[in-house]
Amino acid sequence: MTSGGVGKAPAWVDLALVPLVNLVAALIVSGIVVAAVGQSPLQALEVLVTGSFGYGEAIGYTLYYTTNFIFTGLAVAVAFHAGLFNIGGEGQAYIGGLGVGIACLALGGILPFPLIFLVAIAMGAAFGAGWAYIPGWLQAKRGSHVVITTIMFNFIAAALMTYIMVYVLIVPGQQSPESRGFDPSTFLPTAKQMLGWIGIEIAASPLNLSFLVALVAAAAVWVFIWYTHLGYELRVVGKSERAAVYSGISPDRHIILAMAISGGLAGLVGLNEIMGVQHRLLLNFTGGVGFVGIAVALMGRSHPFGICLAALLFGALYQGGSELAFSMPQLSKEMVVVIQGLVILFCGALEHMFRPRLERLFAKPLPAKA
Amino acid sequence: MIRKLVLASLMAAGLALPAAAQNFKPAVIFDMGGKFDKSFNEAAYNGAERFKKETGISYLEFEVTNEAQRTQAMQRMARTGGGGMGASIVVCIGFAFGTTLEAVSKEFPNTKFVIIDSVVNQPNVQSVVFREHEGSFLVGMAAAMASKTSKVGFVGGMDIPLIRKFHKGYEEGAMHVNKNVRVLMNMTGTTPAAWNDPTKGGELARSQFSSGADVIYAAAGATGLGVLQAAKDAGKLSIGVDSNQNHLHPGSVLTSMVKRVDVAVYNAFKSAQTNTWKPGVQSLGLKEDGVGYALDSNNEKLITADMKAKLDAAKADIIAGKIKVTDVTAK
Repeated sequence: MTSGGVGKAPAWVDLALVPLVNLVAALIVSGIVVAAVGQSPLQALEVLVTGSFGYGEAIGYTLYYTTNFIFTGLAVAVAFHAGLFNIGGEGQAYIGGLGVGIACLALGGILPFPLIFLVAIAMGAAFGAGWAYIPGWLQAKRGSHVVITTIMFNFIAAALMTYIMVYVLIVPGQQSPESRGFDPSTFLPTAKQMLGWIGIEIAASPLNLSFLVALVAAAAVWVFIWYTHLGYELRVVGKSERAAVYSGISPDRHIILAMAISGGLAGLVGLNEIMGVQHRLLLNFTGGVGFVGIAVALMGRSHPFGICLAALLFGALYQGGSELAFSMPQLSKEMVVVIQGLVILFCGALEHMFRPRLERLFAKPLPAKA
Repeated sequence: MIRKLVLASLMAAGLALPAAAQNFKPAVIFDMGGKFDKSFNEAAYNGAERFKKETGISYLEFEVTNEAQRTQAMQRMARTGGGGMGASIVVCIGFAFGTTLEAVSKEFPNTKFVIIDSVVNQPNVQSVVFREHEGSFLVGMAAAMASKTSKVGFVGGMDIPLIRKFHKGYEEGAMHVNKNVRVLMNMTGTTPAAWNDPTKGGELARSQFSSGADVIYAAAGATGLGVLQAAKDAGKLSIGVDSNQNHLHPGSVLTSMVKRVDVAVYNAFKSAQTNTWKPGVQSLGLKEDGVGYALDSNNEKLITADMKAKLDAAKADIIAGKIKVTDVTAK
């Protein structure tokens, strides 16, 4: 320890205050941009907030987006802990969705829902994991950098999906490359249905059972990373491969494993999108959630709890953003992207702008060394 | 005083308008390309703007940015109360809205819906489809007639059945003129990014030029702008798509395969306003002037009188059913 210097700031500064300050700074800059195009920043903020949390349907949409971001945020975080930067969440989610879709197409109307549900989870995770396994293997055995290979695998996933949708699964005679609709027995129950069973009425929205799956996954990742042997070993590999070798841990095995778990988590996005909402296979259902997952993991400090909060923020930005486009048509969709981008910029890239100052401000002085 | 009088008369005029016209709220939902793509969505935007200018009735609009917003936008537009916009007619631009419209149109049986480029069979939906293969046939003929190398090119956007339909019509048109013509074909990509990649469009065009092609048809949204530019730079010819793009590089753009999405949107709004709107399928081809080749002051020197005569004869034959153009999407 340094002598006589400043110690660590309390945890709440790191986990709550810094993100909050970043968020406020992002909103202030966004406000200036909104004002610059001649709109009222306060009105925009109000629309953004009420549009994402103001009424039942809005909350449903916010949590529906949140579900995707929890999955991809966790995916990126698990790889982070093993020292890997998985940029391939997008492709893994895409291929995972294919797995979920195949399960629904093949088993719809044949098996009862609970079994289909389990098979779909297994297939989604397995397809996503398989897609991440290859870059993981290449990294471990051949030293091909995982950043490069996962980006390449995003493109391969897109090409593969297009081939499958255009030539194999398309409904003949139809314009749009989409599969036939799933059997209704495979549909994930929506939040409206589930709460209806216990007598609570809420507005209809795409929010569905997969939200709970996402929360369970977050809890499982938390236990896995901090309370299992394997999680400990992953973190050792992430901190220092040499130290890992020294303590008898094989980095190769763990790199492949971390990538596979990461891909499996990303693959579960398909559960929400394909089985929960679209009820058919189609192109581009992922719409960039894999990339947003990187920002979510960064902002959530790779901790499942932080990831859930960050995912909620991004969910709110997505839903509030589309509400902005409805209620203030003068703010074009590009403006909405600018606002979302500013939040990512301040919370992700400019992470360290306020952090050192805030930490110094709240740090407890260490007793001087004798 | 005068100002007051003017105001009063304006107000009186406003009150005199029939209530139905004031409550008439048209809406348009653009696809992911965005309303300023210089091609497909922009044509729809132009149609909506024309309606606004002529009638003074403003319209609601939304550009979707992800799949889930398709349902959300339709519901928001159609719903009355509860944050809804209460639109009288909702026009959805693009086939990608098909499946979601199927469900949403049942939810709002009293709202009129229109979909472009796809067919949805519901009592409150009008489906507008274009016979792009017919228009592509004509520009294929024009390409083969203008080519000196007997090699013509085709650059598609995203590799989907719709674009293959453009390609097949183009190929048949070129063969119709010259049995020995070779049609080179490249698709820009397999993801929607392929609609908006002018750099790659230019690359593909240059590679086709170096393989001997001297006319290239771009059916690729904004990617086509790169194709047109490459043709201009190489001193070769290009063919535009959807909107009339002849003016982009006068003297280099041979013609454009126009697809009148603007007319479809305008007609939908107008017919709904005047209560003449009907559900069902509207197929717009050469006969209905829904597709065609563009001839204006920018390309009149490129299309000779002889070419024009042959194109018009073929157009009449297609309308009369004497020439059958294959529609690859009709199985």
